[in-house]
Amino acid sequence: MTEQPMVRFDNVSKRYGALTVLDGLNLEIARGEKVSIIGPSGSGKTTVLRMLMTLETINDGVIWVEGEPLTHMERNGKLVPADLAHIRKIRAKIGMVFQSFNLFPHMTAMQNCIEAPITVLGMKRADAEARAAELLDMVGLSEKKDHYPSQLSGGQQQRVAIARACAMRPKIMLFDEVTSALDPELVGEVLEVIRKLGREHDLTMLMVTHQMGFAKEFSDRVCFFHAGKICEQGPPSELFGAPKNERTRQFLHAVLEAG
Amino acid sequence: MIWDWAFAFEILPVLASAAIVSIEATLIGFALAASLGLVLAVVRIAVPWTGWTISVLVELIRSTPLLIQIFFLYFVFPKFGVVLDAFTAGVLAIGIHYAAYCSEVYRAGFDNIHRGQWEASVALNLSAWTTFRDIIIPQAIPPIVPALGNYLVALFKETPLLSAIAVLELMQTAKIIGSETFRYTEPMTLVGLFFLAMSLVSAALIRSLEGLLNRRTMR
Amino acid sequence: MGIRTLVAMLAVALVVIGALATQESYKVFMPGLLQGAVLTIEIAILGSLLAIVMGVLAALARMYGPAPLRWLATVYVEIFRGTSALVQLFWLFFVLPQFGVTLDAFLVAVLALGLNVGAYGSEVVRGAIQSVARGQWEASTALNMSRPQMLRRIILPQAFVAMIPPWGNLFIELLKSTALVSLITLSDLAFKAQQMNQNTFKTIPIFTLVLLMYLAMSLVVTIGMRLLERRASLGLARGKAA
Ligand SMILES: Nc1ncnc2c1ncn2[C@@H]1O[C@H](COP(=O)(O)OP(=O)(O)OP(=O)(O)O)[C@@H](O)[C@H]1O
Ligand SMILES: [Mg+2]
Repeated sequence: MTEQPMVRFDNVSKRYGALTVLDGLNLEIARGEKVSIIGPSGSGKTTVLRMLMTLETINDGVIWVEGEPLTHMERNGKLVPADLAHIRKIRAKIGMVFQSFNLFPHMTAMQNCIEAPITVLGMKRADAEARAAELLDMVGLSEKKDHYPSQLSGGQQQRVAIARACAMRPKIMLFDEVTSALDPELVGEVLEVIRKLGREHDLTMLMVTHQMGFAKEFSDRVCFFHAGKICEQGPPSELFGAPKNERTRQFLHAVLEAG
Repeated sequence: MIWDWAFAFEILPVLASAAIVSIEATLIGFALAASLGLVLAVVRIAVPWTGWTISVLVELIRSTPLLIQIFFLYFVFPKFGVVLDAFTAGVLAIGIHYAAYCSEVYRAGFDNIHRGQWEASVALNLSAWTTFRDIIIPQAIPPIVPALGNYLVALFKETPLLSAIAVLELMQTAKIIGSETFRYTEPMTLVGLFFLAMSLVSAALIRSLEGLLNRRTMR
Repeated sequence: MGIRTLVAMLAVALVVIGALATQESYKVFMPGLLQGAVLTIEIAILGSLLAIVMGVLAALARMYGPAPLRWLATVYVEIFRGTSALVQLFWLFFVLPQFGVTLDAFLVAVLALGLNVGAYGSEVVRGAIQSVARGQWEASTALNMSRPQMLRRIILPQAFVAMIPPWGNLFIELLKSTALVSLITLSDLAFKAQQMNQNTFKTIPIFTLVLLMYLAMSLVVTIGMRLLERRASLGLARGKAA
């Protein structure tokens, strides 16, 4: 028996008016797999993550999470649009870290990390705080737990955001260019946290990144997106080492040139 | 019967001619407000030491009720031997009241002009007057037209206050009809509908104006 | 204007009122005017409370309510913003009795002013909610919060800060509008002024006192709202300079 994929995009399309952003996307991600998405601006990378986080609706196709449809549910053997209760049940398996952090500015680092565990998961405050403390420790910010976001550097804010997402114990973590808004010298500390997360937790990770070095070293598979389609995918050694597609070659050439 | 159509149609012409008085008061009042407001805003920049005085004056006018200001002007002028008719005194009060609001709008408009524009004007040795007339005002006014428009509508909606000093505008006329016939439903409701219609139309106009301006600045 | 200037203005206004009150030609008016001021303050406070309730309810109904509620809230807001406060006051006072509903003038005053300002307030609430960055909604969604949880815990606390200055302006507008209730027989400050003026023709002393009293009340509101704003934004901007 082959193991159920963690996530499966089945012929998923996304359109904004006349603009087709994703065109019949098929993508499977295995349990525990670390997948990086690279590609030129506007190719639909962010859209893939946002659809999986249910921040965008989809126009066509089905997204499956552990064998269950994300925004659909089965009724009389047919798939119909899901109600909110179903979406929230499936969505609980997914967490996301944003390019612009999106920390709650009126809450301290600690409060950011316990808010959803208490209100959504119904955890006791003491338990939620204990776990948040552990996670803040993991991201190296124990001593900043009572600081407000405005008192933290960009890198620190992003590490709190990672801890906050982890506090919900998702099985799948989505990272959308999480280092793009950071000053160059702060990129390393955030990537280090992600590495640690990959090592110590049994997480499936899907990340959009412009850090080619990190994608190469960290991921099990790299997908190159172009114009709403996966143009080429494979292990990083192959995709970076010997890209088959002309577009991939051009993109990598341009990126490495600039970097 | 609660609503009498025949009566409503009967009083319509009287109300319509009173509406003209309301609109006149609005237009004259706003002309006064817009120009006096501009003068205040320009003087504040051109003559820096007046800044504080003007601020206090504006705060004073904006912090006290228009109705009181209308009464005050109406009754105080005769003390100095100047007898103003109710319409003039009332419109003057409305104009001054809204001039205080308008001056703040202009000020925001001027504040949004990039410092470089002033510096370039100095570098070209333009006089202060020319700088205002040809460089600053043409750039500052278009973006604030919608805000001024909103004050025009607000001012219009305050013209019923003139009824307090017996100016025969819409509200006073409706009240007179009401007290003579003991029927208030039709005149008051018609007045309300008139204001509602005018406000909705002007809101739509201001919105399309805003759209136009946005497109112009995005070019 | 800075808060210090405002406090200074308030102090000056109060001192001038006090100084004038000792003068023979002004003194006689003080008891009546103070009586009127009390009624003005009562109406202003009750009207403001009603305005807050209506503003929040109408905004939430328009943004998240089911269609009929949304429709109702929109009609309410358009009518009360589109006609003028005095028209609403007179309508409730003169027309409602013709439908067999006769309300006490005080109640009419609170209702008319509260409903009027509440309509504007709903736009403030709506604007403030919409001004909260989209990322805040998205982060709350990613944390799987329900819509009421997001609103209560994440969005409204942030919107609250943005709401304070415009609500401050609305309270001032409401305070000033209370003068209109003098036209429906209530003996507020404006009514007393008008009455005394008619009896004595001492226009300048009376109106000077009255204007100063309104100024003082407005300044109290403005200063109070500034302090509230400062307090509320503390959580948002804590240590911005740190
Ligand atoms: N809300 C929207 N309305 C209309 N078009 C949109 C919207 N969001 C995204 N798009 C379009 O969808 C396309 C894909 O956007 P997406 O954000 O997924 O690109 P991306 O690959 O993440 O690019 P980048 O590297 O710049 O982040 C773009 O052409 C973008 O303009
Ligand atoms: Mg993107």
